[in-house]
Amino acid sequence: MRPLRLYLVQRVTAAIMVPLVFLHLGLILYAVQGGLSAQEILSRTQGSVFWGGIYGLFVLCASFHVSIGLANILQEWTPLKRIAAANIAHTFALIVMLLGFRAVYAVVF
Amino acid sequence: MTTTHKVSIWRGGADGAYAHYEVPARESQTVLDVVTYVQRHLDPTLTYRFACRVGMCGSCAMTVNGVPRWTCRTHVSKVTGGGELKIGPLSNMPIIKDLACDMTEFFEKWQKAQSRFVPTKTRKDPMERIRPDTPARVAANAGIECINCGVCYAACDTVAWNQDYLGPAALNRAWTLANDERDGGWAERLKAVSQNGGCHSCRSHQSCEAHCPNQLNPAASIAGLKRLSTSAYLKGKLK
Repeated sequence: MRPLRLYLVQRVTAAIMVPLVFLHLGLILYAVQGGLSAQEILSRTQGSVFWGGIYGLFVLCASFHVSIGLANILQEWTPLKRIAAANIAHTFALIVMLLGFRAVYAVVF
Repeated sequence: MTTTHKVSIWRGGADGAYAHYEVPARESQTVLDVVTYVQRHLDPTLTYRFACRVGMCGSCAMTVNGVPRWTCRTHVSKVTGGGELKIGPLSNMPIIKDLACDMTEFFEKWQKAQSRFVPTKTRKDPMERIRPDTPARVAANAGIECINCGVCYAACDTVAWNQDYLGPAALNRAWTLANDERDGGWAERLKAVSQNGGCHSCRSHQSCEAHCPNQLNPAASIAGLKRLSTSAYLKGKLK
């Protein structure tokens, strides 16, 4: 049932990310009203467990979601076999996760 | 004065080429009429399939001006727009010769999807009464008129990209059986359509729906299978 599980993970992560994207867009609209500076943003996000959690969850979902889609594209559009495509997708997921969590760390701590 | 159609027809196997013919134009002429004219009057070695000529048997599907179609019900005037007619074999299947393609894999995938009726009664049991208005029967009826022509399979991008993909026709049949209350093969079938190349490989491009000559919607059937398999998996009925 591997294809079904991957399908399910990709749909669930998409469902989680949709409200998070709207929350992020709403935050941008709200934040720029009083002028936008790095200092102002950091003053709101630093030390905030809420925003750390929100963006941390988004990074986690994006890593899983994107890597499953990437593995599918690689299998369908290139001569790569399933294992090779999965290895590339796993590596890509790890990179997205590392870069994402590094960014979250930078704005929260 | 007799007007003619300029017609290109694929000749040979995979390494063949288009040959050019002039065919007299007739009123209400179908693409199958054109192919038949070429074979009977211009080149008897032309190979193609047809049987019923009335859109029942699904034998005469070909690629007409780049689009997979049933040729017996496709009028020339509808597809040429006054221009040329280009007729080739269906895509996504090996070419045997000229316009005849090898449909072995197409039908083997029906078997692989367990898309066959599994009876739950014997001939000694009384005939089961089926209400036509239950949601399951309505869903089954919506996909039941498939004539196995292979047009959806030839039109499908996922079939072109993924050799294991079972294809819209086989999955559509699996969906109609999943909604048939007389059928007893749902567990095995759901397992079969949830493997690699099963319903979850569908990318929902809906080319099958766009090209089905019987206006069926295999993409909707596949979406139904996705829902059904997901629900069964979450309930622990699909291991």
